[in-house]
Amino acid sequence: MELKSVALKETHIALGAKMVPFAGYYMPLKYGSETEEHLKVRQGVGVFDVSHMGEFIVEGPGALDLIQYVCSNDAASLSPGKVQYACLPNGQGGIVDDLLVYMIAPELYMLVVNASNIEKDWKWLQNHNRFGARLKNISDETSLFAIQGPKAGAVVKKVTNVATEAMKYYTFAEGNILDILPDALISATGYTGAGGFEIYVSNDKAQQVWDALFEAGAEEGIAPIGLGARDTLRLEMGYCLYGNDIDDTTSPIEAGLGWITKFNKSFIDDQRLKTQKEEGVNRKLTGFVMIDKGIPRQGYELMNANDEIIGKVSSGSISPVLNQGIGLGYVATGYSKADTEIFVSVRGRKLRARVSRLPFIKNQ
Amino acid sequence: MTLPDNLKYTKDHEWIRVEGNVATIGITDFAQGELGDIVFVEIETLGETLGAGDVFGTVEAVKTVSDLFMPLSGEIIEVNEELEGQPEIINSDPYEKGWMIKVNIDNVKEIENLLSVEAYKEVTGQ
Repeated sequence: MELKSVALKETHIALGAKMVPFAGYYMPLKYGSETEEHLKVRQGVGVFDVSHMGEFIVEGPGALDLIQYVCSNDAASLSPGKVQYACLPNGQGGIVDDLLVYMIAPELYMLVVNASNIEKDWKWLQNHNRFGARLKNISDETSLFAIQGPKAGAVVKKVTNVATEAMKYYTFAEGNILDILPDALISATGYTGAGGFEIYVSNDKAQQVWDALFEAGAEEGIAPIGLGARDTLRLEMGYCLYGNDIDDTTSPIEAGLGWITKFNKSFIDDQRLKTQKEEGVNRKLTGFVMIDKGIPRQGYELMNANDEIIGKVSSGSISPVLNQGIGLGYVATGYSKADTEIFVSVRGRKLRARVSRLPFIKNQ
Repeated sequence: MTLPDNLKYTKDHEWIRVEGNVATIGITDFAQGELGDIVFVEIETLGETLGAGDVFGTVEAVKTVSDLFMPLSGEIIEVNEELEGQPEIINSDPYEKGWMIKVNIDNVKEIENLLSVEAYKEVTGQ
C-alpha cells in the first residue's frame, strides 16, 4: 500500500522528525527524545500533528438514527457543541473502531475515527445506512493538531477569539484562528490526559495554523511531539488504542467500555452486550504496574503464581512519569482486581506485577 | 551521526574497541538513534564465556527491546555499572561513557570478521 502524507510532512522533516509508516501514513514518531516530549506535554505544552485521523460528516434527517444504530453510546444525549466517545460494535461481539462523535447542529455531526480504520469504517457506515443519512469523508482535506498540556490553554487563547478558558472537557466551538481562517473547529479533547485542545483545519491553512501556534507558544516553550510520546501518554491514562487493546475480537464490556455502552436505545449487538454486562465476562482489560524491574510489551504472556497463563499484554511500555513498566492486558476476570499480584513472562523470565486501577497516574 | 574510524563494527550495530587482548563493546550512535530513549540495560553475563553471535544482554528503549550480541568469542570480564542507574548515557555518549562490556578475546583471528567503518557505513545506508 502506498503511504499517504500529512499536509505538513516537509515541516516535520525540517524539524528533524524521525518519520515512520503508521496506519498507512508517513508520520513523525519523535523529533528528539520521546521521554522529553512526554514530560513536555505533562508539564508544559506540546503540539501533535494527528492529521492522519479520519473525519466523516453525517448529516440529514437520518443522521442521528444512523449514529444511534452503529454507535454504542447514546448520541441523543448530545447537544450542539458537545463531543462523545463511543465505539462501533461489529455485530459479532467485537469492535469495528472507537471514535468521537461531534454534534455540530441538529442533523449535522462529525465522526472522528482511527486512521487505520478509515476505509473499514466508511464501508461499515455505508452498509448500515438504511436511514438515508448523507455521508461525506473529509479525511483527506482535513488536518488536526492536538495542543496538549497544562499550558495549552494559554497558547490557544492567543490565536482565537473563542472563549476557550470557559470550555469544558469534551465540548467544542467553531471560531477563528487569528485572521488565517474564520471557522476552525476547536475542541477541548485529547488523548493524553494532560488537558488541552484539538484544532481541525483545512489542509490549505494547516501550515499557517501550525506556525501561528508555535509563535503563540514560544513563551511557553511549545514543542512538536511525536506519536511515540502520544502512545506513552495515552497508556499512562489507560486509554485504549485500537489494534492493541481493542479490535474485532474484543467486546466493549471486556474492554472496560461499559460506560460508553448504553442500553436505553437499540444498536448493533445490543442484546449480546447487554447479556455480557448482566452476566459478566470471562476476561477483562486490566492495567498492571511492574513490581520487578522490566518492561511489559505487547504479546507477552501474563501468568498466575502457578505458572498458568491468565492472559496477554495488549499494550506495554515504561511510564516516563512513574519510571516503571506499565501495561494493559486481557486477564481472566478473577485476576483483574486492583492489587492482585500477577506475573509477566518477559523473554523467559517471570517478573512480578501488580494489578492497578486506571489511570496509572493522577489526572491533571 | 558520528562514527569514529578507529573502531570496528558489526552488522548488529555494535562497536568494538580492541586494546591488546581486551575488546570494549557498545552500540553505535545509529543504533541508539533507532532505538530511542534507552531506559533499561540488562547484562547478567559477567564472568561467562560466550561465543561470537551469542546474546550477552538486552537493551530496552521506551518503544522497543533489542538483544545484544557478542561480536567476538570470549569471557565477559567487566560490565559498565553506570548503565544500571543511568542507561540514558548510551543515548548521549554511545562510544565513551555508554560502553557496555569488556571481553577477554578468545581468538584474535575473529577480529578480522568485524566491519571497518566504511563497511559499517554501507550497513546503515549512510
